[in-house]
Amino acid sequence: MEDQQYRGSYIAGFELFEKSLNGESASPLHAVRREAIARFASVGFPTVRHEEWRFTNVAPIARTAFAPVLRYDGAGVTRQVLNRVGSADGDPFMVVFVNGFWSEEFSRSAGLPAGVRIESLASALARRDEVVLSRLGSLVAAGENGFTALNTAFLREGAVITVEDRVILERPIQVVFLSRPSAEPHASYPRVLVTAGRESRLSLIETYASVSEGVYFDDAVTEVVLGEGAVVEHDRLQIESTQAFHIATMAVRQERGSNFSSNAVSLGGAIARNTVTAVLAGEGCECTLNGLTLAAGTQLIDNHTVIDHAAPHCTSHELYKSILDGKSRGVFNGKIFVRAGAQKTDAKQTNKTILLSADATINTKPQLEIFADDVKCTHGATVGQLNEEQLFYLRARGIGEEEARDMLTFAFAADVVSRIHAAPFRDQLDRLLRARLQAGRIATES
Amino acid sequence: MLTVRNLHAGIDGNEILRGIDLEVNAGEVHAIMGPNGSGKSTLAGVLAGRPEYQVSAGEVTYEGKNLLDLAPEERAREGLFLAFQYPVEIPGVSNTYFLKAALNAIRKHRGEEELDAMEFLALMKKKMGLVEMDQDLLNRPVNEGFSGGEKKRNEIFQMAVLDPKLAVLDETDSGLDIDALRIVAAGVNKLRRPENAVILVTHYQRLLNYIIPDFVHVLIDGRIAKSGGKELALALEERGYDWIKEQGLPVGA
Ligand SMILES: Nc1ncnc2c1ncn2[C@@H]1O[C@H](COP(=O)(O)OP(=O)(O)O)[C@@H](O)[C@H]1O
Ligand SMILES: [Mg+2]
Repeated sequence: MEDQQYRGSYIAGFELFEKSLNGESASPLHAVRREAIARFASVGFPTVRHEEWRFTNVAPIARTAFAPVLRYDGAGVTRQVLNRVGSADGDPFMVVFVNGFWSEEFSRSAGLPAGVRIESLASALARRDEVVLSRLGSLVAAGENGFTALNTAFLREGAVITVEDRVILERPIQVVFLSRPSAEPHASYPRVLVTAGRESRLSLIETYASVSEGVYFDDAVTEVVLGEGAVVEHDRLQIESTQAFHIATMAVRQERGSNFSSNAVSLGGAIARNTVTAVLAGEGCECTLNGLTLAAGTQLIDNHTVIDHAAPHCTSHELYKSILDGKSRGVFNGKIFVRAGAQKTDAKQTNKTILLSADATINTKPQLEIFADDVKCTHGATVGQLNEEQLFYLRARGIGEEEARDMLTFAFAADVVSRIHAAPFRDQLDRLLRARLQAGRIATES
Repeated sequence: MLTVRNLHAGIDGNEILRGIDLEVNAGEVHAIMGPNGSGKSTLAGVLAGRPEYQVSAGEVTYEGKNLLDLAPEERAREGLFLAFQYPVEIPGVSNTYFLKAALNAIRKHRGEEELDAMEFLALMKKKMGLVEMDQDLLNRPVNEGFSGGEKKRNEIFQMAVLDPKLAVLDETDSGLDIDALRIVAAGVNKLRRPENAVILVTHYQRLLNYIIPDFVHVLIDGRIAKSGGKELALALEERGYDWIKEQGLPVGA
């Protein structure tokens, strides 16, 4: 579609969406939505002329008209589908969304302890929950770019997770956004709002997956607020259809002495972009962002991270690994800000890539902006192939070449997989990844 | 078992092996000695199928097969084992996982049932005692963070588990203390059976106090300059290699 035409299709979609809201369009929030769609109409999607999108051309997203989803339809979703995408039966509390709508039938939160709430965003909005309304968008501005503008314009559904001060939740909460593609491509706008109170503890899993292969567009925003001394363990799996578009923006704000650690595994999407921003706002915070990308075919998977050291004595670690096959492309951009006064900052960033084919490429860029003098910041990037010495060692013991390649590729990935917090989820991912490594190549479906 | 004829091999056009002849029969132990850089590891590597070496002339027959036609994994499955001079660290692959995959690949090739986890564990337990390996080392990634001696012992442990027909040990004795040397020697002597053979590449005659070789060959500048019995090793220990160099190469080499 021509430039103006695709914007028009989202505006038309917004009008349909607005009608489906019935009386709700009189709420103060609706003014925010209107402002956001107006913003989108003026800025559109970012282009490669924007510094933050230089290597990720999202023009293919503009070429398809994606209609908003207006009601819940759980057809085609089964427990087996959920298991396939790594949702262990049993352990975690689970919230399931289908094409962006909360699924009552697949969600379960029975036994949730006092002081922990999992609520659908729609119901929080219907109650005009002041706290939720004030936190929504507090970390991700609608005007950030065309994608966050669209997510805000179509704001309706999502997960609101609140853990009160000093409450410790032992079992993980898993939020699953399932897409069910159809002949008519749809867009959904997942939204997650997490508040971890002072000295609370939470293990959160986010999963983005599809029921089947197909073209659709997931435009997600996650906001996580950690109070003083809170600990949030975050695992994330993105296993969208390889024909789908996945644009996700996650923002984290950490108060004094809090600890946020995230492991994000990206397997799906024709174009997938994760933007993660963590603001270390109080002293003595720790922030860990790990990522694993497996891509093949013509997939493009982009990880952009920003760690903003705004207070002294904070530590951050980043380990991003990619395994790229076929003609796939990977992008890693890791920005670290150390603000004036953020003394004793200790920041470490590592990016490692293995290229399994001659046609796969990676663009990797560390970006350190340091305005304090007593800090330790290190970064390193490596790009290479599988190690020939290791390969020969395995083969010299009788292991076939293809199996040996898969073992080494898996070992490279295992470094991140082993850090996944939730044990059953880690085991599921372990199996899922082994199934994707086949005869020295990456299979895009398993 | 193994016949090497006029083997020439090198790397990037530089010839390292310049006409090797060697005959190893079942039941024999051959020691290959020689100064640094004479081509001992190259010979071991060419036998195991190290891909960076190119063979420019000659032939190698192993158990009636053209060894040079086989991929490294096929050689291993046919019973050839190379104990590496510098064992490789493989982070992320556990020793047990790796060794089970290796053993089962070999068993499958021989038409034997693959071992399940329990059977494999029992076998490991048995062989661990033999080389005095800690369980802890086996649970760790292959050779990662192992000391030099632990790496060498791990090679012998793998050899004990895989039970090869022809073992080629590339300076497995170098850098070992007496205890470790004794363990390595015990492992090799265990393998010493009428149907097996061993090629010991070594720099020192020390190991040969524990493993008595049937033949000793001296490799100099990519050729076998002299062959003899175990007494040759003692002569080398006393006199070094220069006297052999001065004698010149055997006729026809
Ligand atoms: N992979 C290699 N690349 C370049 N040169 C090599 C390689 N392997 C061996 N050489 C050269 O071949 C010669 C013999 O080496 P090597 O077989 O390792 O000797 P040894 O084991 O007897 O000490 C040496 O000059 C060495 O530098
Ligand atoms: Mg050597």
